[in-house]
Amino acid sequence: MKKLLIMATILASGALMAQSKSAKASIEVDGVCGMCKARIEKAAIKVPGVKSAQWSVATHELALIFDENKTSLDSIAKKVADVGHDSPEFTAPDQAYDKVSPCCKYRDDEVIKAHQ
Amino acid sequence: MKRLLLFSVLLWATAGFGQGSISGVVLEGNSESNTGLPGANVYWVDGKDGTITDFEGNFRLLTRTLPADLVFSFVGYATDTITVSSNKEIRHVLRSASTLDQVTLVKKRTSQFRSSFSTQNVIQISSDELLKAACCNLSESFETNPSIDVNFSDAITGTKQIKMLGLTSPYILITAENIPVVRGAAQSLGLSYVPGTWVESIQMTKGAGSVINGYESIAGQINAELQKPATDAPVFLNLFTAANGRQEMNVHLNSRVTDRWSTGLYVHGNQRTKTVDRNDDGFLDTPKGNQINVMNRWQYSDPTNGWISFINARVLRDRKVAGETSFERDQEITAANPWGSIIDTDRIDFSSKLGHVNPELTYQSLGVQSAYSYHDQRSIFGLRTYNIKHQSAYLNVLYNSIISDTRHKIKTGVNATYDRYQELVVTDVYDRQERAAGVFFEYAYDNLDQLSLTFGLRTDVHNLMGVFVTPRLHVKYLPWEQTTLRFSAGRGKRIPNIFSENLNLFASSRAIEITDAGGDFYGLDPEIAWNYGLSIVQKFRLANRPLELSFDVYRTDFVNHVVVDWEVPQMIRFYNKRNESWTQSYQLEASYSPMERFDLRFAYKYFDINTAYNSGDDRPPLTPKHRVFANVAYQTQEKSKGQQWKFDATLNWLGQQRYPKFDSGSDLFGTTQTPSLVTVNTQITKVFTPKIDWYVGVENITNVQQPNPVLNATEPFGSNFDTTMVYGPIFGRMVYTGVRYKI
Repeated sequence: MKKLLIMATILASGALMAQSKSAKASIEVDGVCGMCKARIEKAAIKVPGVKSAQWSVATHELALIFDENKTSLDSIAKKVADVGHDSPEFTAPDQAYDKVSPCCKYRDDEVIKAHQ
Repeated sequence: MKRLLLFSVLLWATAGFGQGSISGVVLEGNSESNTGLPGANVYWVDGKDGTITDFEGNFRLLTRTLPADLVFSFVGYATDTITVSSNKEIRHVLRSASTLDQVTLVKKRTSQFRSSFSTQNVIQISSDELLKAACCNLSESFETNPSIDVNFSDAITGTKQIKMLGLTSPYILITAENIPVVRGAAQSLGLSYVPGTWVESIQMTKGAGSVINGYESIAGQINAELQKPATDAPVFLNLFTAANGRQEMNVHLNSRVTDRWSTGLYVHGNQRTKTVDRNDDGFLDTPKGNQINVMNRWQYSDPTNGWISFINARVLRDRKVAGETSFERDQEITAANPWGSIIDTDRIDFSSKLGHVNPELTYQSLGVQSAYSYHDQRSIFGLRTYNIKHQSAYLNVLYNSIISDTRHKIKTGVNATYDRYQELVVTDVYDRQERAAGVFFEYAYDNLDQLSLTFGLRTDVHNLMGVFVTPRLHVKYLPWEQTTLRFSAGRGKRIPNIFSENLNLFASSRAIEITDAGGDFYGLDPEIAWNYGLSIVQKFRLANRPLELSFDVYRTDFVNHVVVDWEVPQMIRFYNKRNESWTQSYQLEASYSPMERFDLRFAYKYFDINTAYNSGDDRPPLTPKHRVFANVAYQTQEKSKGQQWKFDATLNWLGQQRYPKFDSGSDLFGTTQTPSLVTVNTQITKVFTPKIDWYVGVENITNVQQPNPVLNATEPFGSNFDTTMVYGPIFGRMVYTGVRYKI
């Protein structure tokens, strides 16, 4: 069993090295609810090169793991803005923001209050 | 705080920082040792510069014109602001919000919910739900759940058996933290070896299930998560007493040993000393006996490096005496003395779990599980002896990762099992060893929109069953908002332990007959079945309150079925039947919350079961065709100190059940159907403070009683004696009360 464990560990670390190009970063993305979360994560994961995208409703932090050779934080943030969510560097265009459902209007103080 | 423009980037590889910075560490304030808090937000109050702490809780920030205010925040912790007046290293402790009064961070979750995220039809039961019934052990934990049918306990084993999709518990894979527990020798009584207070939550999967835990499951999977030393209360005490003479005590002691190690000691004891024979048939309504069950868990967690481990050891001693009220444990059993039964079980379990999550790439993880158990049951039922020794070893290695991105997840690994069964059945000796090793692969796709699916495949090599492949498929589709459609299909294969799974047969005069098919265990061939399921869940708003309707249908087709045949009077027969047996179960369920803290649940179930008996196809005996389930739960508004009342009532209606044929000398000769019956269980819980609550309940409040649970009770050594024909409560109304206290 010990041998198996060692073998498995080697296997895992091998897999780790194979993906060493992965960068881990997070950006703040504005949003208010679970629906926002789904929209933000979907937009981010669809960017080629993004391996993992998780947005926290509580902290507004979008934690990303992506291949630096294929994409960048800016292009991810741009795509997120395209579906209507602001980040410090990119403000969502009005027509994108208009499309988010009424409960997701994070620029509206009333909506924010309703989620608190 | 949410409006603050905080921009934080953390590139793990290149953590370079310039001059003029201020650094420090954020510590987690609830542990005595103050470990670093990773991922906490640290920013200047003007919001222009901020960062998040690294895995050790360290941070570094560009400095300001001092003094300036620095904010620390993290979800679940109280936000703090401090004034920095010099460039000295900062050490700041964040206190968990839960230690503060009046902070509600998490919306209260309903105690039972159907996950709409999972591709499989998974039903979660939280610990709140587990507190709703007199649940002293795992078998009683399902009383308030419509997907599991809890049968009435018989007078000899005193244990409630469960069914899912109309199939008995051997067709369900029952695990504790994903390690199979109710298996082999423990099949009949194993659920009563898991005390209810040890269970933190339960996940149930209807239908095929995952390939990860093996090939045996057919009707579904039930996993119980146990209390974790690091999160369970430091001290927990539960006392329970019931009118049927059952007394139980549970003590949990948990402590943190070092930063990373925690340990918990879980002690369960129960005793039933009272001689109870309410129906005056001369037989105990419920067995007398006692159980001591002690578990020690060790938990290691190192979130910084992504390691987690559990090491468990458990010792169990269970003693049962049943039969005629005048029977004594040490009395010689002859046809001249009273009829009696003794079931003595000793069991030890060791298990360990080691998991590693890659801290850089959180979607990669590796887990290794191992388990060993030794089960020794010695039992007598009148003149019949049944002893079983079962040694079992289990190893599972599981690797999780993704293909290209997290929409494509994979799980792969290997597992191996070893089982040795040594049985003494009256005078026959059976001794068999099973060795199996398998590889599995599971692919899960989620387009984050309407479709997700999981496909799993495993190949096993088994010393008695050869090489075989087990495929399982689950698909979830959301055709439009608020509607979830699911489909599942899968194959299962298993070696039935015919005696331990049908332990109650010994408490009858039925002669055992096995038709030899030339197989490697009891002369039988293994069971193989395919299970297919289809379900739809629709969410509505009714009077602006949530209403959920669901309907599911599951079909099981036996390619090879080991039939348990009670049809011939005075006999029980076992034989293989190919391609003839099937089951179909339909369940319609509605749950509605007409107002805050008030929940209603209703279910109707229809079971269409066809078993291929030698005497012709028929539905199995003592299995109702129709079942109705209803549950009402109400809680009062929680007061400032946590005081609250909770009310819960569950109704079960069972349609008529078929009896097998009886001999002309039997009490039930000529009777073909049981009556239909209704039972109602209620419980009231008073929460005094979050630390102490008291509950009182009545099981079977309308005092329904099966009049004749022991057939031919006057001639227990005669040829028509039978204690297995139980279709309803033997005991009648039962009042119980208990108290739970935690620090």
